[in-house]
Amino acid sequence: MIDAVTKKLAFSHLWVAFGAFLLACFMGEYQVLERSGFIPAIESSAVYFASVSTHGVLMAFVLTTFFIMGFGYVVATTSLKQRIWNPQWAWAGFGISLFGTVLAAIPLLTGKASVLYTFYPPIIGHWMFYFGATLLIVGSWLWCVIMIMMMREWKQANPGAPVPLAMFATVGNALLWLWTSAGVALEVLFQLIPMALGWMDTLDPGLARTLFAWTLHPIVYFWLIPAYIAFYVFVPKQAGGYLFSDEIARAAFVVLIVFALPIGFHHLYMDPEQAKGWKLLHGVGTFVVSLPTFITGFTVIASLEIAGRLRGGKGLFGWIGSLPWRNPMVLSVILALLMLILGGFGGLVNASYAMNAMIHNTAWVPGHFHLIFAGTTVIMYFAIAYYLWPIMADKPLFSKDLALVQLWTWFIGMTILTTPWHVLGLLGQPRRISGVEYNSLLTLAWDPYELAMIFGGLVMLGSACLFVYNLAMTHRSQEVFEGEIEYAEPIHPVTDLPEYLNDFTLWNKVIAGLMAVSFGVPILQFFFMKTFGSSAWGF
Amino acid sequence: MHIDPLEKKWAYATVGIAGLFVGIILIDALFHGINAPSNVETIDSASLHLSEEFDEDNLGVQLDENGNITIRMVAGRYGFYPKHITVPADTSLTFRWVSMDVLHGVHMPMTNMSTMIVPGYVAQVTTTLPKPGEYPLLCDEYCGIGHDHMWSNVSVVAKEHWTALAISTSKGRQDND
Ligand code: HEM
Ligand SMILES: [Cu+2]
Ligand SMILES: [Cu+2]
Repeated sequence: MIDAVTKKLAFSHLWVAFGAFLLACFMGEYQVLERSGFIPAIESSAVYFASVSTHGVLMAFVLTTFFIMGFGYVVATTSLKQRIWNPQWAWAGFGISLFGTVLAAIPLLTGKASVLYTFYPPIIGHWMFYFGATLLIVGSWLWCVIMIMMMREWKQANPGAPVPLAMFATVGNALLWLWTSAGVALEVLFQLIPMALGWMDTLDPGLARTLFAWTLHPIVYFWLIPAYIAFYVFVPKQAGGYLFSDEIARAAFVVLIVFALPIGFHHLYMDPEQAKGWKLLHGVGTFVVSLPTFITGFTVIASLEIAGRLRGGKGLFGWIGSLPWRNPMVLSVILALLMLILGGFGGLVNASYAMNAMIHNTAWVPGHFHLIFAGTTVIMYFAIAYYLWPIMADKPLFSKDLALVQLWTWFIGMTILTTPWHVLGLLGQPRRISGVEYNSLLTLAWDPYELAMIFGGLVMLGSACLFVYNLAMTHRSQEVFEGEIEYAEPIHPVTDLPEYLNDFTLWNKVIAGLMAVSFGVPILQFFFMKTFGSSAWGF
Repeated sequence: MHIDPLEKKWAYATVGIAGLFVGIILIDALFHGINAPSNVETIDSASLHLSEEFDEDNLGVQLDENGNITIRMVAGRYGFYPKHITVPADTSLTFRWVSMDVLHGVHMPMTNMSTMIVPGYVAQVTTTLPKPGEYPLLCDEYCGIGHDHMWSNVSVVAKEHWTALAISTSKGRQDND
């Protein structure tokens, strides 16, 4: 049973997340239409960049942060069987984050903060935007504290026992987020807000980019970890089997969290302000952080195989056919893995800096991250929502068939959207353009791909509407549903767990050490070097 | 703690794969000098016109006594200046880029001539362009509402052809049109 406080908290967070998501999907479709130039009546760079800035902020900051918080509360109370530590704090966190979102939305929607979600100075938007974004993050810090406190309470009540895997990973993610958000927080507090308010005349864009790179890589793992949690703790059970290994799952989460942080310079491969040695160091770390993803792929597929065979599947691949493809969670994980494999190849290209030079900041990049983020990650958000909704609403899902159609169309739409997007990148199209103005023959080759993207986006938009419709209609059902959240059992029960796989104290220190090594000198150099600040520019 | 033998094998295999990639990158970097473009060099973007190097007269393609070619370019909303340059194919070229205002990026499609141009810093890229032809230079980082209009042109001509061109134009300066 999920208690009433948790239900209310979770629904509030998740509805903000999915409301933002739906709105942003409409903007996404408008964007592919506008940038194609096929409809002259809607051409407007100013509206376009206001839209992309809002779409990016809603998807990358609002959908994710609210989803992760809401899901975290459910995981904490159901896996630990504990009440929420300090629900007032949880509501305060929700309120602060929501207020921040509204505050940021005002300048975004009125075109006063068209600085994109990465806000690279010295272009400066309205101060309200930076304030709002900061509050959104501050609210989420309260969530981090609650997650950490709940795990601590549980450990005191159950000395020596292994913390449930789902909670272990959630607390790891909270810790990751505290470390991750510190970089951008420093940038916003010491550079962007003082500049936007006119208290400071110049800032160093090189330092700003370095601080943002601190955040930019691990933030994607912050978004991804809920998907991985579902892979490990929901999927095996939903497929009708067992988790292949609980201990390895923990190890994978630990490596993911520790090594996600000190590698952000792969976003600066093409930047002048950091030396090549530091880029090389972060580049090597980038390959280390690919290891837990390989391990996760293995464990998930192994767990699925166990389930398939338990259900009577035979032969080398026969077990795949006997999986319950009509279970939304199982279908989602299969589609998520497919997109992860496709996206993984792209990621390999990005991570290898000799190849990266060819596609850096081209259309390839949004193509890649829509596939991995809007694809792999978000499809698991859908799966989690379909799983939680009936249990939390005590009503059956409005339509399971619709859910399956929705998941398939998201996947198909994503393929149609992102394949041409990658090709456009290889054909040299830069990212973040509102139209094609270049007087070059090269651009003639771009048109058919833009057309395909419009179609793919339309399929995804329809899919997004189906998703929200299904959840909303579930609330209106008259039937009663009773169910509980079921966490997958490992094949081998966890017995003698070393403390380093049951606690983050040690890892916190390791992160501090790695961050000092990988970011210490690169940040301090700006204070020792003779640098020249930039004054603020509009857009 | 329990680790399945199969899982252990897979773990070794993945470490091997990642190790292979890291090995290739390290060998390239340490022995073949293939690195991400980097030279931490600062400059005052607000007074480029007063700097000797990026003074208007000094921009464009220059051939020095030792036969090295350096191309100095200024990025500013919305263009790369000089707007058109002519360079030889199959020759090592050193591009030095500075911004006079905000963050820009520059990419020559189908080539690896790519770098971010961060105000306050000089971005330097050394590369060779194998194929002669007309190429655009496109801004690939959002730099304001006019970002889509930010581009200029490069003609890459056969090496033999270019030498004649370089000699016929006065020292360093080339078609600043
Ligand atoms: C209906 C489906 C969608 C369409 C058609 C769409 C389309 C677009 C387009 C055209 C851009 C501009 C990219 C550029 O030129 O650089 C963009 C940016 C972006 N999209 Fe989407 N999108 C969709 C869904 C999503 C989803 C589900 C997510 C993530 C959860 C997402 C995350 C982002 C982000 C973070 C950016 C900002 C990129 C930047 O600032 O460079 N999008 N999207
Ligand atoms: Cu990254
Ligand atoms: Cu630009």
